[in-house]
Amino acid sequence: MASVPRRWRVDRRYMPVVGTFVVLALILAVGGVRYENFLSLEVLANLFINNSFLIVLAVGMTFVILTGGIDLSVGAVLALSAVTAAYLIDAGWPVAVAMPLVVLVGSFIGLLLGVMIHVFDVQPFIATLAGMFFARGLCFVIAPESIPINDETFAAIAGWTTWIGGYWRMTTGVAVALVVVAVAFFLLHYTQFGRTVYAIGGGEQSARLMGLPVARTKVLVYVVSGTCAGLGGLLFAMYSRSGYSLTGVAMELDAIAAVVIGGTLLTGGTGFVLGSVLGVLVLGLIQTVITFEGTLSSWWTKIFIGVLLLVFVILQRVLTARRT
Amino acid sequence: MAATTKAPAPTEPAWRRATRHGLFWPVVALAALLLANTAFSPDFLAVGVRDGHLFGAPIDILRNSAPLMLVALGMTLVIATRGIDLSVGAVVAIAGALSLSYIATSPTPGSPVTVLTAICLALGVCLLLGVWNGFLVSVVGIQPIIATLILMTAGRGIAMLITEGQITTVTSAPFKTLGTGFLLGLPVAMLIAYGVFVLVALLTRRTALGMLVESVGINPAASRLAGVKARTIVWTVFALSGLFSGLAGLILASNVMAADANNAGLFIELDAILAVVIGGTSLQGGKFSLSGTFVGVLIITTLTLTVTIVGISPLVTPLFKALVVIVVTLLQSPRIRATFAARARRRAARPEEVAV
Repeated sequence: MASVPRRWRVDRRYMPVVGTFVVLALILAVGGVRYENFLSLEVLANLFINNSFLIVLAVGMTFVILTGGIDLSVGAVLALSAVTAAYLIDAGWPVAVAMPLVVLVGSFIGLLLGVMIHVFDVQPFIATLAGMFFARGLCFVIAPESIPINDETFAAIAGWTTWIGGYWRMTTGVAVALVVVAVAFFLLHYTQFGRTVYAIGGGEQSARLMGLPVARTKVLVYVVSGTCAGLGGLLFAMYSRSGYSLTGVAMELDAIAAVVIGGTLLTGGTGFVLGSVLGVLVLGLIQTVITFEGTLSSWWTKIFIGVLLLVFVILQRVLTARRT
Repeated sequence: MAATTKAPAPTEPAWRRATRHGLFWPVVALAALLLANTAFSPDFLAVGVRDGHLFGAPIDILRNSAPLMLVALGMTLVIATRGIDLSVGAVVAIAGALSLSYIATSPTPGSPVTVLTAICLALGVCLLLGVWNGFLVSVVGIQPIIATLILMTAGRGIAMLITEGQITTVTSAPFKTLGTGFLLGLPVAMLIAYGVFVLVALLTRRTALGMLVESVGINPAASRLAGVKARTIVWTVFALSGLFSGLAGLILASNVMAADANNAGLFIELDAILAVVIGGTSLQGGKFSLSGTFVGVLIITTLTLTVTIVGISPLVTPLFKALVVIVVTLLQSPRIRATFAARARRRAARPEEVAV
């Protein structure tokens, strides 16, 4: 280590993210060697298109996990938002009203969960578990069957694509996801709210003693996560052009896995939103590789993700052990 | 807290002391559920005898609750050490996949020896999976939620690997007994689950084991310094959780006689955690209530049965579960209790003011 020039040395805080990046590069390299057309812009563009809603979920989850909490409700809230969007548009509501409304549904559930966690001292795990059951049950009350969205305005918004630089295909979903990532990055690193989020994760008691608005921030991170889930639902409705109650089952686990693989510690206080984006891309790439392989069955995805989780968790453990 | 509740005890009425008991609201919830059912179908609580077997809704509830009871039992112990086990659903799927695949490939699926081997094989592997979780938590030092998330994600993949993505159906009379058979007029599944329950209750409450588990949950470092083998205890509870989940998986597999790697035991980890929390065991660890878990499991099973009887789509069940959890956890929350206590004190104080 000592022989490495100082400017080449990576800050230890960035180590897990660097690890994620290395894994991403490795999968790309292996894929590129093994399959033709793997390293094409089309594959990479599709990676973003197919995972835009997961990126949004993982961004929201990052806020919650940074404070040391967890949000299990996001998958169900995503489904609720998608189903509500489909139901309202099917009932003839104007798209301009329905779309913001379903995002607010997510924010509202997030607010309720935040209040339950902070004011009534219910553990985040239990409160958001109740939120998950609540949202999932509500989905079936609204619409037990899949509702297709045939509205023209909605189709126009969902079907919008642009070619960046003439090669990179980008849909509305990807654009929204990238904006969400940019906003989250700004919030976390350039505002008082973001600093308070990190401070709570580092030590809630200390943050309170420093006079930071702990109560407000703790509720707000769940609002952020709920809003992201609501938005994710809207993106999913755009992606699938329908609303179905069983979408997003166990998607909260994908989001948590992406955040962990992206280098955020579940104890809170350490992590980056861009790491979570890398985490989503790693999960997506694994899926892509399995699709390219063809002979490998879908269950290998789960096993690979499990193994990858294990590797990253042990890596984090080693890094934090060295620090303390 | 203990001091303030003890002081006014002699003067306060018995009902108020009862409401303070940790199990009061859960038992009220269960009673309300049963009453609602009786209102809907008057002979709900009737138990009869048919073909020498007991039958009726209460027996159904006890039998249906068997897998959840087993999983929740392991979960209670894990949570008492301040852990959590998310992998139980995946372990349930693996147990079913392993046992049924073994029976399906054997030339004599009906022979008791085959079935016994299959059961031992499945239970052995599940115990190992529990040991693996325990190793990650107690030796490597990974947070329980993440350590078990690994197996939760990979476990269903492994179960599908075993069944090769097929839903294996099997006919084997001895194996079927496990889930649907009767012994001495009682369902075998119920006897297994409640037998294990009584065993664990005796082991933890009649020996020092329960206290050791709680001491690890309160403060692992301090309990280690006090001479408790914290690492072994944590390791043991995770291993037990794996073993009990395996047993639950066998019962569930025997109920349908098909190994469905995708759907066997889906969300059972969440139901089990709910049952434990409804029963008043805090996720912060350090104390556990087996009777609470018992009531919690019965609430969730009765709720599921009620929704079916009333004729609401079972898909809406999560909504009712959410409502029960929200109400019970809010009633148990310190802030609400403090508000109630303050109001009670004010009411008690009012006559004095009038007298002065």
